[in-house]
Amino acid sequence: VVTSASGVLAQFGGVTLAFAFLATVGFEGLVTVFLRERGIDIFSGGAWIFELPGLVLVYTYFQVPLMVIVFLPALDGLKPQWREAARSLGGSSWTYWRRVAGPVLAPAFFGSMLLLFANAFSAYATAAALVSQGSPIVPLQIRNLQTSEVLLGQQNLGRALGFGMVVVVVLVMVAYALLQRRSTRWLR
Amino acid sequence: VSAATATSAEDFGGLEGLVEAAQEEGKLNVIALPPDWTNYGEIISTFSEKYGIEVVSAQPDANSQDEINAAKQLKGTDRAPDVFDLGPAVAIANADLFAPYKVETWDDIPDELKDPDGRYFSDYGGLMSIGYDAGAVPAPTSLADLLKPEYKGKVALNGDPTQAGAAFAGVVMASLANGGSADDIAPGVEFFAQLKDAGNFLPVDPTPATIASGQTPVGHRLGLHQRRSGRGPGRQAGVEGRRARGGRARLLLHAGDQRRRSAPGRRPAVAGVPLLRRGPEPVAQGLRPAGARGRHGRGRHARRGGVRQAAPGRGRAGQPHRGAGSQGQGVPRGQLAGGDQLSAGGRRALLLPALGIVPFLLYVGVFLLYPTLVVVGGAFVDDTGSPTLANLRTAVSGPYLQAFVRSLQLSAITAVIGAVLGALLAWAVVTGRPDGRCAAW
Repeated sequence: VVTSASGVLAQFGGVTLAFAFLATVGFEGLVTVFLRERGIDIFSGGAWIFELPGLVLVYTYFQVPLMVIVFLPALDGLKPQWREAARSLGGSSWTYWRRVAGPVLAPAFFGSMLLLFANAFSAYATAAALVSQGSPIVPLQIRNLQTSEVLLGQQNLGRALGFGMVVVVVLVMVAYALLQRRSTRWLR
Repeated sequence: VSAATATSAEDFGGLEGLVEAAQEEGKLNVIALPPDWTNYGEIISTFSEKYGIEVVSAQPDANSQDEINAAKQLKGTDRAPDVFDLGPAVAIANADLFAPYKVETWDDIPDELKDPDGRYFSDYGGLMSIGYDAGAVPAPTSLADLLKPEYKGKVALNGDPTQAGAAFAGVVMASLANGGSADDIAPGVEFFAQLKDAGNFLPVDPTPATIASGQTPVGHRLGLHQRRSGRGPGRQAGVEGRRARGGRARLLLHAGDQRRRSAPGRRPAVAGVPLLRRGPEPVAQGLRPAGARGRHGRGRHARRGGVRQAAPGRGRAGQPHRGAGSQGQGVPRGQLAGGDQLSAGGRRALLLPALGIVPFLLYVGVFLLYPTLVVVGGAFVDDTGSPTLANLRTAVSGPYLQAFVRSLQLSAITAVIGAVLGALLAWAVVTGRPDGRCAAW
């Protein structure tokens, strides 16, 4: 059940997700109103839902299921025999995790983390739907430079930002490829 | 007479000739005309009823640059937009794309509000005003009132001022109210900074939906569109451009012209605010200090013209795609095991899977490689096409660098949170499996 739910939720991004969040924890959202009636104002610190903390919250919502999907095969790859072997050689549960499962899973874990990083870095629609004032993150800055009707002729600056994003993603991909090579050594 | 090159109704032998030519064409493509903006909804339905011409309305909420892009991309197709509504800056920058045409009352339009060649003219304008939900907040009597704690997290602006002309007008309005001018908007920027520091600024673009749901209790909007009580000065300019596909576009010009002439008599979008007035004053004159109800700037501005020829447009740069892992086409093992020399049959067997990759390579080329090249290429040239590093230098300075830092922060934080929580959840899934096959318990 969790797996299939993850499959659905990992793809649940963009405008629909932003809307869902506004409906629950937006200014007049279900949760907000519920808490306000009980004297708790979750927005006493300002309009955080439309700033970086809000984006973190919303992004996490599709990042966690994605992690489940990409990390499950790695966990599945752990063979019961390894644990039995560790046991029979006198290792404790801790030794097993530290010496066997940990090292085997680490590359897959960090590889998945890089995937999540790139996923968040390139996400656009969710942020665009959530934030309509200012452009806190790069994809929104690029949108702004391409479509502004106040400042014209900045398309190439937008491309320069795009180039910066390409550089970042290339770095992430190289690191990912290196980790991938390590993680496939044990997990097949 | 050719409808595409006609420059006035006389070329058709009067308005009747124009109507006939338009009806022959039968269809009109309009872009970025929101039904709830300056009465466009009614204008469009009246127009198509009166003349029996179908109006195809595309992307009603598009911004000016979207419109120009659409004109360039759809050039020559029957979906190409005929009628535009553009911000003044964009209209003037792209004036070459419009076809000249002068409406019957051309001479009545003040010179500073039209292009001497007839490519565009100012069609409408509005007053900037502050709308508020009387049930949620006390009535503001001046702009400075909005800094009070009663308005915490409640004051919105209609768009991003670096992006939307209407939002920019909101900043100009705040500037005028705080001793600035149309040339010096720093006081306006300062005002919004104070608003944000006070925690009053709400970064949501007010729309009929957010107003109805109470998300945006106080909003700066163009006076024409204020849904609730509006007060406060300022104004916003809008522009219409028209593309000369033929008579129907010309005809709508006249319809709009009629609207302009008869505007005060028509039902205005908001009671009490003149829908359209032809005010010749320059921007600064029309804007008055805040807080005085009724002391409004005059409406103005809009231009017409039409896109006759579009420059060969560079496509808009796509977002860089995330790399899709390529699945290597396996070489049939048996063939390779045979020996050093491949038989003719073996070569054919290799060729076939190779053919299978072609669509994939094409796909990568068109949707990944080409946009990447456009982006990377564009990053190193200036507007005239000569190589420069200035774009990159700007991209790693000031607000752009900040955006990068925030983007990286956001990605890193959500990646770590997501990875940890996701891994725990995945672990729970695996250990919870009934077959007990797994080792991670």
